[in-house]
Amino acid sequence: MTATEQPAVNLREPAGWRRTKNQIATTLMALSFVIVLIPLGFVLFTVIAKGASAISWSFLTGGPIPPNVVPIGIGGMWPAIYGTLVITGLAAVIAVPLGVLGAIYVNEYGGRGPLAQVVRFMSDVMTGVPSIVMGLFIFSIWVLHFGYSGLAGAFALACLMLPVVIRSSEEMLKLVPDPLREASYALGATKSRVTLTVVLPAAIGGIVSGALLAIARAAGETAPLLFTILTVTATNANVFKGANTALSTQIFTNATQPYLGAQARAWGAALTLIAIAFILMIVARMVTARFTRYSR
Amino acid sequence: MSTAAQADPAAPAGSASPLAHRRPLGDRIFQILAAAAGVLVLVILALIAISTSQQASSWFSTQGWKIFTVDWNPATNSFGALSFIYGTIITAAIAIILSVPISVAMALLLTEVVPRRWARPIVYVVDLLAVVPSVVWGLWGILVFAPWLFNIYTSIASGVKGIPVLDALFGQPVSGASFFTCGIILAFMITPIVTSLSREVFATVPAIDKEGAYALGATRLEMIRGTVWPHSQGGVVGAVLLGLGRAMGETIAAALVIGSSPVITSHLFAAGYDMPAVIANQFGEASGEFRAALIGLGVMLFVITIVINLIARGVVERSARRKRGA
Repeated sequence: MTATEQPAVNLREPAGWRRTKNQIATTLMALSFVIVLIPLGFVLFTVIAKGASAISWSFLTGGPIPPNVVPIGIGGMWPAIYGTLVITGLAAVIAVPLGVLGAIYVNEYGGRGPLAQVVRFMSDVMTGVPSIVMGLFIFSIWVLHFGYSGLAGAFALACLMLPVVIRSSEEMLKLVPDPLREASYALGATKSRVTLTVVLPAAIGGIVSGALLAIARAAGETAPLLFTILTVTATNANVFKGANTALSTQIFTNATQPYLGAQARAWGAALTLIAIAFILMIVARMVTARFTRYSR
Repeated sequence: MSTAAQADPAAPAGSASPLAHRRPLGDRIFQILAAAAGVLVLVILALIAISTSQQASSWFSTQGWKIFTVDWNPATNSFGALSFIYGTIITAAIAIILSVPISVAMALLLTEVVPRRWARPIVYVVDLLAVVPSVVWGLWGILVFAPWLFNIYTSIASGVKGIPVLDALFGQPVSGASFFTCGIILAFMITPIVTSLSREVFATVPAIDKEGAYALGATRLEMIRGTVWPHSQGGVVGAVLLGLGRAMGETIAAALVIGSSPVITSHLFAAGYDMPAVIANQFGEASGEFRAALIGLGVMLFVITIVINLIARGVVERSARRKRGA
């Protein structure tokens, strides 16, 4: 019997240069996150610091929007806040039902058929169309014939939202298990009934949260509104007729002004706009957490 | 997945008719409505192409090949777009070069390093970058970031003075608003999308491949280089292309920070212009052929981004399908 010499095997982490390289790589990956945090923190800090000093009750509810040379404290941004809310809301009313219907077609009716595949693929492509092109499109097809209005802006935003809503809703419909559909068919329900009363309620949490995220993105858009709503300084209550205004377009025009009052108003409007977008996003997260029945 | 062919179960409830009985009217109307909503996407894309090129046709017809010159002067009715095309390419390239390494590293961090319960909050934070509206990036860029960068630009410029290539690239800053500032801002804006797409691609790498690499004694870096990377190259190229498309079409932030000067120069710290920015800034006072030229720039932008998106989606889809099939 000979005692076999066991080679010393080190089962712990590899040592030396290989280990160092691995650690360097991990550090670089963590560093990438830190690099992203810096501009984000910088922007949010600046907007909150400069915006908070501009915002007051009269800033949020007063109007009309004063000329650029006027210092902060006179007039208010209500016309722009109203415009943003109404135009984005109208865009959502147009785009969300159409988007959900489109998703129902792609997932429930089209399936793997060629038309559904094309629609799915082109929706993806359409999400990449620059927002300014949507503005030019609505300008050419609507504004040239019917004039500037909040409605035209809503059309442009709806064009941006539509493909996003289709894709996010489709992902949610995909998660609804097939046995649920089959059980409903077995009870003799028609396809539309199954879709509307069984599949859609099962996926509604995810669909609503996807739609809210799309609305949050649309609320901050400027380029599609520049050539569709023009800009005014007083509240235009009629969204269907006449030029309107929005927070984003006000920020855009004020950003290049040398006057401190105009810049302060831009910061205040920026904080308001970010607050609207964040509230929508937080509501979306809450909806996801509360109502999502099926998830990956 | 239920398809139209399986519509048989949809026969009216409780009726004694055969299963092949015609479906009720409401059911068919709903299907038609849904199909119409789906087709609407195709209709809108077609309408964008038709209506904008119609409005821009006079630019293409009167200027001919002159649209590819540098001469842009509304006062003399000369509308050459070359300097804008140049600016678009340069700023998008800067954005991609700055953003892609960070995005890919972060996607790897999220999929391979941190545990899942940490990954979610990190994703939320990265997505916040996308929630900050373009115009707020622009406002911050022109009023805060550009003046701060200008100091850095001037010190870099004085450092490279007289050095042949570097001087031509990094010399002569006149203000903070420049190609490079625009590229940096665009990089911030496209990082979330490139990260999330790369993450999706990395997530498709089979766990068994990774475990195999670890079982052979690979470190995490060696595992990534040996299994994750070869598996995901195609998909990451697609993600980068989609980021490129976004960077090229991003309008308002660019319009505010690019400096608004239609020139072609090798100086990255000089003020420039790009296609979406000139449309946003000059459309208000444009009419006639001037307006046609600006809409024409929009048509070019539309065509470029559509082509990039088609290629990118094709690449992503193909690599995803190959993975599923294998």
